[in-house]
Amino acid sequence: MLRFIAPLSDPALLTLPLFTERCPAGFPSPAADYTEDELDLNAYCIRHPASTYFVRAIGDSMQDMGLQSGDLMIVDKAEKPQQGDIVIAETDGEFTVKRLQLKPRIALIPMNAAYPTLYPDELQIFGVVTAFIHKTRDKT
Amino acid sequence: MFALADVNAFYASCEKVFRPDLRDKPVVVLSNNDGCVIARSKEAKRLGIKMGVPWFQLKSVDFPEPVIAFSSNYALYASLSNRVMAHLEALAPRVEQYSIDEMFLDVRGIDSCMDFEDFGRQLREHVGNGTGLIIGVGMGPTKTLAKSAQWASKEWPQFGGVLALTPGNPRRTEKLLSLQPVEEVWGVGRRISRKLATMGITTALQLARANSVFIRKNFNVVLERTVRELNGEACISLEESPPPKQQIVCSRSFGERITTYEAMRQAVCLYAERGAEKLRGEHQYCRHISVFIKTSPFAVNHPYYGNVGTEKLHTPTRDTRDIIDAAIRALDRIWVPGHRYAKAGIMLNDFTPTGVSQLNLFDDVQPRANSDKLMKVLDSINHSGLGKVWFAGQGSNTEWQMKREMLSPAYTTRWKELPMAILR
Repeated sequence: MLRFIAPLSDPALLTLPLFTERCPAGFPSPAADYTEDELDLNAYCIRHPASTYFVRAIGDSMQDMGLQSGDLMIVDKAEKPQQGDIVIAETDGEFTVKRLQLKPRIALIPMNAAYPTLYPDELQIFGVVTAFIHKTRDKT
Repeated sequence: MFALADVNAFYASCEKVFRPDLRDKPVVVLSNNDGCVIARSKEAKRLGIKMGVPWFQLKSVDFPEPVIAFSSNYALYASLSNRVMAHLEALAPRVEQYSIDEMFLDVRGIDSCMDFEDFGRQLREHVGNGTGLIIGVGMGPTKTLAKSAQWASKEWPQFGGVLALTPGNPRRTEKLLSLQPVEEVWGVGRRISRKLATMGITTALQLARANSVFIRKNFNVVLERTVRELNGEACISLEESPPPKQQIVCSRSFGERITTYEAMRQAVCLYAERGAEKLRGEHQYCRHISVFIKTSPFAVNHPYYGNVGTEKLHTPTRDTRDIIDAAIRALDRIWVPGHRYAKAGIMLNDFTPTGVSQLNLFDDVQPRANSDKLMKVLDSINHSGLGKVWFAGQGSNTEWQMKREMLSPAYTTRWKELPMAILR
């Protein structure tokens, strides 16, 4: 059976009830003992709440990644950047979204073929993009 | 053992977190109404900019590089302060938030598994990784000594921002206290240090060696406690949950002088709303509502006027509508036209934790139906970061409101003001 669940209006917290049993009317619910924790989108996307920041992506979209202008990126500042991570890097005094290459040499690979790959002497990384949210309607 | 963690140049550092272009630039943060400098980045300190310098003076000075000024953005500072607090709580069992940028930690027993200073460096790294803010850590057997250690960790860069005074090494503590001027000791203000100087006490060590009975006789028990604390006797314990507030004050200086009743009424209405919101945050009800208004005491050729009006309610309330009503009644009693008002505020007093009270048979005012529900809706809209609702009494005219012309975005608390990264 396919059921559509309407999302809540609060974009910060999405909780959906999850019952493992159907509830017949008239009887005390046999599901009462089986209620499980509600699903929390925050818990799904965010590992370290205190070091996670939301950053808006702006500019030429990066088709192969699916990341588009206006998308909301979830950035964890406490995560250690690893090979292949999408990171928020500081270049020329602004934040840019790059793919990080550590081996064979440190490089910031652009999201768009029109821009050059950077080989910075000093790597300044604001945080690791752990997820991004693309709204398909109502882009606010 | 206590540790004191404080964020270096907190307000100025917060302004830099989301501005990579300002990384090595001199940044200052200005007080309300863009008055004077209240925080400086280390680059600004190096330019010789002093605390408290008025912005209009600073603006005209020609510095070798441009100084970037910000209006104080308390929404941002409070958010980052909470994040620092959360990081410290992850590593230390008990944390007390002492001020927006200082936290006391209970670090008893840490030394059984690692060196105190190693732990301090670990705290520093953890907070730095997660927030981009650099903390200094001072540790000592009492809060006062932890504060002295933290002072020293700032004064001498060779400590790398972390310093522990342990009971096992009394000579190090003595050495440090002998170098610390007495006015830098926690709890010793300028007035007390002047009086101490007349008695020949100018360093922290001299204060520590002073006779505690003599100190209590000539000063008070508070300074005696400081003496005991300097000697390693812990007199002030960690307060994890702040005691419930007994009073809420909401006041602001105006960006421009207020001369009309309408504008003053709007301002009082705004503060009443803000005060009521804070009251609900404290889960309290209040019965006493005071409003004060005053002109600037420094204005030349204008007589000074300041007054307080108080309203006492029959039943405790936390409904914004009741508080606005009472505040306006109080304002009407003290309002005198013809003055140029510089400041106004509201004070809420006489708190009770529940709204339960004996109703009077002959009361004119009835408790409002569904008041709690309505206020809950109001607060949740205003806290959502999506928009604000307010009472019409506040008006939409904001001429008199605080001047904050160089305000940075609320990067972490408003959806519309998130930091941006360029896709390339």
